[in-house]
Amino acid sequence: MSEGWEGADVGDSGAEWELRLYVAGQSPRSVRAIENLRRVCDEHLAGRYRVEVIDLLVDPTLARGDEIVAVPTLVRKLPDPVRKIIGDLSDTDKVLVGLQLRPPGASS
Amino acid sequence: MASSGSGASPLGKAPTGIIGFDEVTHGGLPRGRPTLVAGAAGSGKTLFGIEFLVRGATEHGEPGVLLAFEEAAGDLATNVASLGFDLPQLEADGLIAIDTFQLDPADFVETGQFDLEGLFIRLQLAVESVGARRVVLDTIEVLFSALGNTAVVRSELNRLIRWLKERGLTVVITGERGVEGGNLTRMGIEEFVSDCVVVLDHRVTDGLSTRRLRVAKYRGSLHGTNEYPFLITAQGFTVVPLSSLGLEYEASEERIGTGVAKLDEMLGGGIFRGSSVMVSGTSGTGKTSIGVTMAAASCARGERTLLMSFEESPAQLVRNMRSIGLDLQPWVDQGLLRIHSVRATAHGLEEHLAELHRLVDEVQPSLAVIDAVVSLRRGGGAHDTASVLTRDLDLLKSRHVTAVLTALTHGPDAESSDVHISSLVDTWLLLRNHESDGERNRLIYVIKSRGSAHSNQVREFVLGEHGADLVDVYVGGHGVLTGSARVEHARRTRAAETARAEEAQRRRRALEQRAAAVEAQVAALRADLEAEREALERVLRAEAESADADRGDRSAQVAVRTGVGEPS
Repeated sequence: MSEGWEGADVGDSGAEWELRLYVAGQSPRSVRAIENLRRVCDEHLAGRYRVEVIDLLVDPTLARGDEIVAVPTLVRKLPDPVRKIIGDLSDTDKVLVGLQLRPPGASS
Repeated sequence: MASSGSGASPLGKAPTGIIGFDEVTHGGLPRGRPTLVAGAAGSGKTLFGIEFLVRGATEHGEPGVLLAFEEAAGDLATNVASLGFDLPQLEADGLIAIDTFQLDPADFVETGQFDLEGLFIRLQLAVESVGARRVVLDTIEVLFSALGNTAVVRSELNRLIRWLKERGLTVVITGERGVEGGNLTRMGIEEFVSDCVVVLDHRVTDGLSTRRLRVAKYRGSLHGTNEYPFLITAQGFTVVPLSSLGLEYEASEERIGTGVAKLDEMLGGGIFRGSSVMVSGTSGTGKTSIGVTMAAASCARGERTLLMSFEESPAQLVRNMRSIGLDLQPWVDQGLLRIHSVRATAHGLEEHLAELHRLVDEVQPSLAVIDAVVSLRRGGGAHDTASVLTRDLDLLKSRHVTAVLTALTHGPDAESSDVHISSLVDTWLLLRNHESDGERNRLIYVIKSRGSAHSNQVREFVLGEHGADLVDVYVGGHGVLTGSARVEHARRTRAAETARAEEAQRRRRALEQRAAAVEAQVAALRADLEAEREALERVLRAEAESADADRGDRSAQVAVRTGVGEPS
């Protein structure tokens, strides 16, 4: 199973940001990660992103493709280069730094 | 029944298929449990794991999974291809599944709670894809350095081990060796793996490498506790057990000749088949010649023979032996004699052992000559050499190969061999240079010969155009005489004997002459005596005649006087 969503006004040319979130089942941690990601995207990437959520319990073979070890893992496919951050994304500062939406050390 | 008391079943073991290791552990690794293989970088951990998988899949019907955390799949396949393992083919055949993890610490920016479910999912997928019974995790500790959160990694590793145990998988977990005196592994993962721990060690001493393996722990099983040398050869991982844990050799009663008849005499008829002989001596005493003579004798019996030389090339050896009348070439050509030359320093000691193993397997010799074992010392320390030679001898003995080792000794204390193996050999021949009167000659002693009445005498050992021979030496008031001195002594002795014989002859002749003279005198006296007797008899006869005549005269006178009968 994979579900996803994208910013409201992403056009046919595709999103500037492509994100993939790997989770394992509908655990509270998975749910929390999805919620946190949705919030970060709405606040910082409105209209410029597409998110795909992959449940590895449903489709385990996909874990190899992105070298997933830890769960949840968020993979930034675009823009280049690929970046990965792990955890339930509850530390928003670190998420922004990890996605390179904010230089390290700067505060919100 | 008696065995039902505890209800415990004996520990099952999963054979690794690694040569020697299953002997050391009496069957292999604990089945259904994890084993930690700890060692420094380059000590062979990964190879141990891969061979365990490959042998399991190909020889024991147990497919396996490799989770590689350090190397890419392509690199792994290339690295083990030289050992004859075709990982891509095994993967294609569904016998092995490989999943590699490339962990970049930059990828693990931690933004909240997480676990390692991704690892579990991938492992499960791999296990199910081949129906794996074996799993290798190489080297899982990388997780600690990749993920900063050691608390999570620790608890997840714990969960992983439980997960593997629940599925009854036999697991090898490799771990990087920690600093000396500290933990066995850098991150202390031995805490999780408590059933069996194997430590690999790769030491470099005097610029030469030696690899060693030790079973540090094996819960519920006997195991050899020694450090065993191991090798990484073209056939894979080879552990060389000290097989004389049991001294169970068959002892042959058959004696075989050494190729030197008089030496056989000294040894009470030759050496026992399958026994070991050490020929020791200082440089230039003829050790190699004796060794090769024995090899040649073996070939002459039509038996396959191995000659391992650390000092001369095959061609050089063949040429040099011609000078003492031994032509090895025909035997080489017939395939009876295999000369294998290698510089002792070309390999570490364990490679030497591996090579000997390989050669013995290949040649199947009935006699093997190793010339000269001391060269091995250049390949390792004295202790290591003795240990390797013990294993050499064990190997040869267990295959009923008669072993001839030549050993170089130094200095006057030639009776203690440098390599301390004299107690291990059955027969010890000592060659010694004897210097006197400006020349050096070779002496041979039989220092020991187990199970044989052997000569306690010393012989001179002569190398001539017709091979080696022994000559009785002169032992007398002037000490042992050899070489020219022996010859000179022999000549002088002969001269003296001749002189004595001539003197006797002369005296006999004189006596005979004297006897003849006496005879003559006796004859002369007897002749005198005879002459006297004849003279006397003549006188007596004359006397008697004249008496008769007187009597006739008187009767005539009476007749005259009485007128009777007397014509008037």
